[in-house]
Amino acid sequence: QGTRDHPPAQAALRERLLSTVVSCFKRHGAAAIDTPVLELRETLMGKYGEDTKLIYELQDQGGELLALRYDLTVPFARYLAMNKVNNMKRYHVAKVYRRDNPATTRGRYREFYQCDFDIAGQFDPMIPDAECLKIVHEILSDLQLGDFVIKVNDRRILNGVFAVCGVPESKFITACSTVDKLDKVPWEEVKSEMVGEKGLSPEAADRIGEYVQLHGEHELVGVGSVAGGGRYDGLVGMFDPKGRKVPCVGVSIGIERIFSILEQRLKASGEKLRTTETQVLVVTPQKHLLAARLKLISKLWDAGIKAEMLYKKDPKLLKQLQYCEDTGIPLAAIVGEQELADGVVKLRDVSTREEV
Amino acid sequence: IAKEVAKLLEMKAQLGGDEGKPKFVLKTPKGTRDYGPKQMAIRERVFSAIISCFKRHGAEVIDTPVFELKETLTGKYGEDSKLIYDLKDQGGELLSLRYDLTVPFARYLAMNKITNIKRYHIAKVYRRDNPAMTRGRYREFYQCDFDIAGQFDPMIPDAECLKIVHEILSDLQLGDFVIKVNDRRILDGMFAVCGVPDSKFRTICSSVDKLDKVPWEEVRSEMVGEKGLSPEAADRIGEYVQLHGGLDLIERLLQDAKLSQNKLAKEGLGDMKLLFEYLTLFGITGKISFDLSLARGLDYYTGVIFEAVLLQQENEHVEELVGVGSVAGGGRYDGLVGMFDPKGRKVPCVGVSIGIERIFSILEQKLEASEEKIRTTETQVLVASAQKKLLEERLKLISELWDAGIKAEMLYKKNPKLLNQLQYCEDTGIPLVAIVGEQELKDGVVKLRIVATREEVNIRRESLVEEIRTRTSQP
Repeated sequence: QGTRDHPPAQAALRERLLSTVVSCFKRHGAAAIDTPVLELRETLMGKYGEDTKLIYELQDQGGELLALRYDLTVPFARYLAMNKVNNMKRYHVAKVYRRDNPATTRGRYREFYQCDFDIAGQFDPMIPDAECLKIVHEILSDLQLGDFVIKVNDRRILNGVFAVCGVPESKFITACSTVDKLDKVPWEEVKSEMVGEKGLSPEAADRIGEYVQLHGEHELVGVGSVAGGGRYDGLVGMFDPKGRKVPCVGVSIGIERIFSILEQRLKASGEKLRTTETQVLVVTPQKHLLAARLKLISKLWDAGIKAEMLYKKDPKLLKQLQYCEDTGIPLAAIVGEQELADGVVKLRDVSTREEV
Repeated sequence: IAKEVAKLLEMKAQLGGDEGKPKFVLKTPKGTRDYGPKQMAIRERVFSAIISCFKRHGAEVIDTPVFELKETLTGKYGEDSKLIYDLKDQGGELLSLRYDLTVPFARYLAMNKITNIKRYHIAKVYRRDNPAMTRGRYREFYQCDFDIAGQFDPMIPDAECLKIVHEILSDLQLGDFVIKVNDRRILDGMFAVCGVPDSKFRTICSSVDKLDKVPWEEVRSEMVGEKGLSPEAADRIGEYVQLHGGLDLIERLLQDAKLSQNKLAKEGLGDMKLLFEYLTLFGITGKISFDLSLARGLDYYTGVIFEAVLLQQENEHVEELVGVGSVAGGGRYDGLVGMFDPKGRKVPCVGVSIGIERIFSILEQKLEASEEKIRTTETQVLVASAQKKLLEERLKLISELWDAGIKAEMLYKKNPKLLNQLQYCEDTGIPLVAIVGEQELKDGVVKLRIVATREEVNIRRESLVEEIRTRTSQP
């Protein structure tokens, strides 16, 4: 439940998408890493707050207690601490697992890709942070998703706002998670949650209200954010035996959401995406020519040409040409008895039907 | 004293122990490992060679979830079922982590009522092996599968699978290799004519399977001692399993008095002959060996089976030869999809799994031995500044380069020393440096330094992108 196979058409689109994202990461000099899908339960516990209940745990089968990774950030922090790395610019594209209640139309699956880019290390202020934002900008532009806006804020500003509005320090985090809902829910509702559920005074809520309205409102309707991130200087320290800190800033690209958008677009446009890259189909028009086909295709493969043939001893010419039309193969290399005698191959352009 | 100690221990327990102290768990689960940048660079090379081979043969790619319903996996792996990772029952469906990519593929075909497809799938699979016992055996590892599903004229797709293995192993330059082939029907036919009772076919098969690691004497004594086979039957098997060769061996066996009486063996031998004819047309029989001792562990093979092994480890400095064993294996499995289809509708399949982890290990060792330095990034140019207070100029220039698609980096320092910036290039293999300096800015040029030769040229700002592209021969 909440998972899906990716048939060739989807997988091909996804490949395109991921390769655009990765090429941007590489353009910025990031190195790739990979971590196991399994982590020790203790590694993940205590890192995700309320979301901890959404972690997939493995059954106790007599060994270590394991769980499936929930994101790529905690594994990254573990990796840095384990390998005593002081600075690194890395990207990691991989699947993560969450026991969300999948509202599949909203694109919230239980197994989904994340594309993370992070810069770890002690550097001059805001330069790496700026590069992260430049990367998001490049990716969203390259993908041609249309207009977008990247909202920025700062935890310190938020906490400062709460403080001057009279929110007790103990309620900073919970107030924060309420304010977070403002992208989906109107101010009135947020205010009543603050006052009604979280026990803030109405005056404090109003004061907060004046500040948090200071922003624009651009959004891709129905989909939510397509990328998010920020600075997290304390995480690696939680893993280091000496509590040694490694400041980090990073971003996670919401690839599944972007994928849904592109998939819908493709459907709407009626454009058919090829699922193979085959350049030529090797064809024989008469019977008893399997050997000739096998020999020719083998030569083509050995020369690096992407070629296919039908798995039939004596296929009909029409069927072979139809196969080209169905799968988008642009050329057909036809060897018939005459061509073999003359030492030539008839090359047919599938779209124009001309033959040379 | 004991009383006092007990009191102290109780107080310590009451304190809760880890209050405020970071709980540091610095390991990956047993049998799993991180891949650092160098390993990823090797991995990428290998994947890219393999994928380009799959694509050359017109395969499509699919992906399936890492977990399957527990019931999907139950009953497909025989004795190996105990090695499956189960997810905790957290109130939903009972799930398990996939054990291979073949069963998910069969499920996918049945679910989508697909009758023919040529697909590849590269992903991680999970097995609760005991890593201590089997060196280099991980619990999480990549599999790289290529399969052709569908009812076709015999042995053509089977031959293509072998051609693919041959191409991949050659492209990766792993040294000399051989691809052993056999057929389940020939094996079963052979057992029958040697007097093995039907009920013992599978268990004798798994004994024969050990012949690549263990000498005949040991296998024979297992068959007689543990599996209850008669010594005569074992000896008869022994005569056959020592045989390997090419078309000549196939012809000989087709004439064999006993085997030619067995329907199954005749069928298998007939197909083997056809296979070899096609492989001859593909020009690869030099590395193919029809080997009667090849058995392959899994239950679901129904026809041709094959396994590729490397013939020699070039690196003799390694104590244990990680990489001994097969680097690819597969075969025909016509009955698997039918197990998933509600109507038992069969879809014949043949495929191969590339042993990517073994290949990584081998290449990793080779690289270490050769001292070739492998880059972990593809950066073409470092944007550097020669004097102080040029951060803004650096940021502007690097942004121009990125927007033009150039792979560029800069140090995250307001006023970095030139020497540190040049050192960074040497350390990470960046071939060029684009240096902004006050004079150059005035003149509208950028100083381009070639790291390897240390020569420097002044390039006009507008031509910089083109210059970088040419010098790094990257578009």
